[in-house]
Amino acid sequence: MAENELIPHLFRTEYRKIIAVLCKYFGFTHIEVAEDIAADTFLSASEMWGMHGLPGNPVAWLYTVAKNKAKNLLQRESLFNQKIVPEIKHSTSSSSQLDIDLSDANIKDSQLQMIFAVCHPAIPAEAQVGLALRILCGFGIPEIANAFLSNKETINKRLQRAKEKLRTEQVKIEMPPASEINKRIDSVLTTLYLLFNEGYYSASGDTSLREDLCFEAMRLTYSLLDNKQTNTPSVNALMALMCFQASRFKARMQEGEAVLYDDQDTSLWDKELIARGEHFLNLSSVGNTISKYHIEAGIAYWHTKKKDSHDKWEQILQLYNNLLIIEYSPIAALNRTYALAKANSKQEAITEAEKLKLENNHLYHALLGELYTGIDNIEALAHFHQALQLAHTASDKKVITKKIENISV
Amino acid sequence: MKDFLLIFRADYNSAADFSAEEAQAMTKRWMDWIGSIAAQNKLKDRGNRLENAGKVLQPNNVITDGPYTEVKEAIGGYSIITADSLEEAVELAKGCPVFSRGGKVEVRPISILP
Repeated sequence: MAENELIPHLFRTEYRKIIAVLCKYFGFTHIEVAEDIAADTFLSASEMWGMHGLPGNPVAWLYTVAKNKAKNLLQRESLFNQKIVPEIKHSTSSSSQLDIDLSDANIKDSQLQMIFAVCHPAIPAEAQVGLALRILCGFGIPEIANAFLSNKETINKRLQRAKEKLRTEQVKIEMPPASEINKRIDSVLTTLYLLFNEGYYSASGDTSLREDLCFEAMRLTYSLLDNKQTNTPSVNALMALMCFQASRFKARMQEGEAVLYDDQDTSLWDKELIARGEHFLNLSSVGNTISKYHIEAGIAYWHTKKKDSHDKWEQILQLYNNLLIIEYSPIAALNRTYALAKANSKQEAITEAEKLKLENNHLYHALLGELYTGIDNIEALAHFHQALQLAHTASDKKVITKKIENISV
Repeated sequence: MKDFLLIFRADYNSAADFSAEEAQAMTKRWMDWIGSIAAQNKLKDRGNRLENAGKVLQPNNVITDGPYTEVKEAIGGYSIITADSLEEAVELAKGCPVFSRGGKVEVRPISILP
């Protein structure tokens, strides 16, 4: 890797490891201390490596420097010596030696515990995703602002409030107790699902950033799988879902424009990711409970088979029926109606669609436009025009405009 | 929005005559119908089927077999939907597959206790 790429890359991968261990050590009460030490370490790295070149083992260098900075800080600041050290002495069973453990095992444990802490139900979901990107994934504020189509000030405020919440709720960085763990896993999965969604559906024009968000969501989900306590059927199902969706990344965008599923070049679909998704889908089919992630993974599985068949759409329809019974969402309702058109008939789907009453949703009108095409093109155009009015992203507007152009009245 | 109980009544003994394909087709019709209500965000509780077994307990501790006086109108199951009015609830109940078996749907507003 070129030298000028190395530091950003290391920043991403090592920052989050260092910060997980330091946060666990200092607690959320002093999270800024952990962040300062980590940031300081990387500042030193860019200064020193710029002047003297790369060390033989950059990662070990970073860890050593982080440890030393932490020790120096603790020894220097009398405030910390009075307040933190006694606390740490109580919570850790080890010697009075200030030992920041940056072993692989402790990094893994700390990161998993951090995931639970960051995805705490006390923090609003949106803030959880931002905090996850910052602390769990090592994203910079500008990147997060880009992903959320926001600005640095807003993101900073959001993160500040979230950290304050963590402090006031006294969220501990530890594994949740066995009695709570399933509920807490649910919370984490919601956040990881949102994070993946940010990357998959984001309106941000930066495609490589969006891919990064998806892969970060997958990496975090994988760390749940890596621990026996948190390797549950739902987590495997979510992993399968993410693999299936991510497999089409290269095919979804051509020259900055969205390519619809039917038009995609299947040779660009990542077969390895699909196979891995199938592997996790198999692992997820144990036990008696079906989660919405199971159902969505099942639907996503069918979408990895490009070939249209009546059976495919009938299966997808029933999966959507079941999904809606578990949890309603406008998107699921719309997608179900599309599946109904393919499995039953367009006419039946039109009747069903009009019951949905989602007039302010551009996808609702796009669906009706699609369904009316070939049956009543005037009605179809009316709906597509409505969709165009309501659409927010340039990408969506382009797609709808093309649909309008393709209809002959 | 109010909750409404849907009570499905039919001659459930006739269900024994279904072939495998007919049973599968029936399942699809039920799923599509319930799915339709769920898609409108009006399904509160998918409900359950009731087993054919049952007893009736009457005054003076008299117990009789069977929950139904009229075989043709046995309660086979229930669901709970939400709607703004009884009329709307009845509208949602249309298309229920129970009708194809000569059955009927009773639609009752639920009065939620405080």
